[in-house]
Amino acid sequence: MKQFEEPVVTKELAKQHGLTDEEFEKVLSILDRVPTYTELGIYSVMWSEHCSYKNSIAQLKTLPRSGKRLLVGAGEENAGLVDIGDGLAVAFKIESHNHPSAVEPYQGAATGVGGIMRDIFTMGARPIASLNSLRFGDIDDKQTRHLLKGVVKGIGDYGNSFGVPTVAGEVYFDPCYQTNPLVNAMSIGIVEHGHVASAIAKGEGNVIMIVGSATGRDGIHGATFASEEISEASESKRPSVQVGDPFTEKLLLEATLEAIRAGLIVGIQDMGAAGLTCSSTEMSAKGNSGMELNLDLVPIRETHMTAYEIMLSESQERMLLVAEPKNEQAIKSIFEKWDLNCITIGKVTSDGMVRIYHQGKLKAEVPAETCVLGGGAPVYIRETKKPDYLAATSSFNVDSLSTPKNLSESIYKLIQSPNIASRRWVFEQYDSMVRTNSVVLPGSDAAVVRIKKSEKLLAAKTDCNGRYVYLNPRKGTMIAVAESGRNVVCTGGKPIAITNCLNFGNPYKPEVYWQFTEAIAGMREACLALDTPVTGGNVSFYNESPTASVFPTPTIGMLGIIEKESHVTTANFKEAGDAIYLLGTNRGDICGSEFLFLEYGIASGDAPFFELAFEVKLQQCALEMIQNGLIKSAHDISEGGLIVSLLESAIVGREKFGFEIKISAGSLPLHRILFGEDQSRIVITSNEKNGSLMKKIAEKYFVPFDRLGTVTQNMKATINSDITLDIEKVDDLYFNALHRSVSRN
Amino acid sequence: MSARIKFGVVVFPGSNCDHDAYHAVKHLFHHDAEFLWHKETDLKNSDVIILPGGFSYGDYLRTGAIARFSPIMNEVMKFAKSGGIVIGICNGFQILCESGLLPGVLLRNQSLLFSCKHVNLRVEQNTSRFTNENNVGDILRIPIAHGEGNFFAEPDVIKSLEENGQVIFRYCDEKGAITSESNPNGSVNNIAGIINKNGNVMGMMPHPERACELQLGSSDGRKVFESLINSFVLQAV
Repeated sequence: MKQFEEPVVTKELAKQHGLTDEEFEKVLSILDRVPTYTELGIYSVMWSEHCSYKNSIAQLKTLPRSGKRLLVGAGEENAGLVDIGDGLAVAFKIESHNHPSAVEPYQGAATGVGGIMRDIFTMGARPIASLNSLRFGDIDDKQTRHLLKGVVKGIGDYGNSFGVPTVAGEVYFDPCYQTNPLVNAMSIGIVEHGHVASAIAKGEGNVIMIVGSATGRDGIHGATFASEEISEASESKRPSVQVGDPFTEKLLLEATLEAIRAGLIVGIQDMGAAGLTCSSTEMSAKGNSGMELNLDLVPIRETHMTAYEIMLSESQERMLLVAEPKNEQAIKSIFEKWDLNCITIGKVTSDGMVRIYHQGKLKAEVPAETCVLGGGAPVYIRETKKPDYLAATSSFNVDSLSTPKNLSESIYKLIQSPNIASRRWVFEQYDSMVRTNSVVLPGSDAAVVRIKKSEKLLAAKTDCNGRYVYLNPRKGTMIAVAESGRNVVCTGGKPIAITNCLNFGNPYKPEVYWQFTEAIAGMREACLALDTPVTGGNVSFYNESPTASVFPTPTIGMLGIIEKESHVTTANFKEAGDAIYLLGTNRGDICGSEFLFLEYGIASGDAPFFELAFEVKLQQCALEMIQNGLIKSAHDISEGGLIVSLLESAIVGREKFGFEIKISAGSLPLHRILFGEDQSRIVITSNEKNGSLMKKIAEKYFVPFDRLGTVTQNMKATINSDITLDIEKVDDLYFNALHRSVSRN
Repeated sequence: MSARIKFGVVVFPGSNCDHDAYHAVKHLFHHDAEFLWHKETDLKNSDVIILPGGFSYGDYLRTGAIARFSPIMNEVMKFAKSGGIVIGICNGFQILCESGLLPGVLLRNQSLLFSCKHVNLRVEQNTSRFTNENNVGDILRIPIAHGEGNFFAEPDVIKSLEENGQVIFRYCDEKGAITSESNPNGSVNNIAGIINKNGNVMGMMPHPERACELQLGSSDGRKVFESLINSFVLQAV
């Protein structure tokens, strides 16, 4: 076989690698020479948007990133780490795998789950729950259904086999996601304080080991692919999508945790984007160290791989770890027990250089610090411009619309909307119960998992209504934070911290960058007000199709703590005769609502009414009622408005109920009150005798508290005696609509 | 009962319900439990062997097809053939069928989709050591979580299973009726759990270990473990 000849590195070749002229000049000046081909590969992936956060990091630094519970700051380690007491900490993070899922939905989604799991257990934490947030195009489109089926199966197969329950998530459909679906995966893990591992290389002479799967050619330039727009040519990037092996990941999990708990490891990092390149340079930079690696020793699964390919491979289920030489053998025997590769490929040096040897030659020699985020990687603040579309959407006059003729029909239609109907078809494909900790299963406001070693339970939810963010990026993002917090409150938990996954278009478009900066500003405000610092996350730019950007979608992953089991609250009505109350005020704001989109095809107006200061009060008020044992059910009002919230509470439990309510619409038409998505409202039920106690608490927080009606035994929902709905029909439509839509050919 | 029963929970590298089974017998029923690593050949004096759910060796081939050849399974097979009690849950049931300790095979679910949800099981007989705490016709609400739980065997095999009272659990609706709507995977005759002729080996697709605490939505799975524990008491008397 002919020896592979490395191409000569030129400005042109650098451009093909995604480096700008300016960035290539910077590489030349760092090295004081022309980079080798392998070095060009290293800089191009490390300075890609995906690894360097070059266009977002300046903005991200404005977010609140500290708090008394945070054990590591945002971005310092692979995931955020939050103290929950009892000597335990929670590691959690959300990450996108949008581009791979667009071209190869099954593997794209599966490896997204695998990647986020590794971020958690590389810190020494055992993953105990996973969540996700998915966006697809119009469900009436065949391609959408292909993507949906592939993504859901990919998430399910990986998580189910790996043995971590998928406990909550969200799925929305909108034409803007047609060619660029969003697949965000979140994982939550538990670690004892003494067993936290760090992604660091230090101690001259310490050994560097590669563990897990052998390295192949899959995923080369995955990080660069993620930093481009989706186009017709994207199909040819299918080889950039990695292939997942959950079984190996399970072995890697057990072996890694065993080695960390035995105290054998100095530092460890998983190999995700940019593989060995990213782990070696980041670990070195973090420890102010260097590394010498001999690529001839890396276990490979394809023949004749070059240094460039080995360094850039994104083969899954691999980790890089650093250990003292005296522990080398003990680590090897642990990985051997789990039938995994564990090969020493180099050693830690003290001069800050990462040196790569292959076939007896020095293939790359770069200062680690110059590659990484926070070091030499470029940082840009891009131009912003308020998008033109906002002038049109914000001038929309809701009064210009006709009143729907038949409200019952509108309600039956709404309850089947792919954005409202039960996600049962999706979540039943996920093992939501393995490890026997799932106390509140999918389909309620937020998931609840218990911690066997503690009295406490965790509540978690992902949330973002992209339409709201599109209509008003700042307010829409505040709402995403607030609503995920409200969901956690409705299950009896106190929101404590968030992770975020910021899905936006091309940052070089000033309109997109404006959306991005506005969203960050809204998130900052909301997180400060709710005292939920940002522990980390992920930015995904370039979510565009040939025609337009997706809705700006800053997905929030909220974590909350429930003090004890008796506080756990669910959305479903519990008993006929219970009183139904509303916490908050009905304002009848249907702007940006699902009703408006479904009934009139309109995504216009401002994002719905929202007042941050009131939201804080509302959440405190609801939590106090729950903690005082006054509430039997609590359900947030969100997509579909008051009526959908009530109907869901009536049917999502094992036992179904009817209800009778009276609403005074004042001067507004009734449909606005029923379908408005104005924020900061919760429907609760309780025994009537608790009414006065609850009123007292509500008054303390200045939160309006009104009786809406009563839970009934008969299978009817009656509103003001002019609308009567058949609960059995609602039940059938709500639970089967998505399945019916997906089952079409 | 005085003596504690010792449960051996087999751990294949891809087992993921091993901790759940261990938690149930050890912490909820307060018996002894020990993990048995798949490469070992010592059952460590276990009274009962549990083959837990999961994906034994990744199950990229047929579920359980490789697991049956593992060192520990040689011992489990000897143990079962000499009358030792063996329970296979989900993937464990698949392994029992692959290894020939139970008849039949578990095919892909009719929907071709993985399915995780609570289902209803009707207790078909209460003379086995896994069902004696029930009445015939009792309905147990226990979750399933599998992609390949569609029990199939040749008609003559099914006939003999039915005639010998080896079918112990059947999928049913909330009222106990055996309907096709309540069959989550397409199993022949809605079969959810069976025992061998000698009554010492039991396999079931639903997960009783996930239904032992009301906090998790149902405690009906306790009946399976209580029956088994009770059978030791009866034996001792």
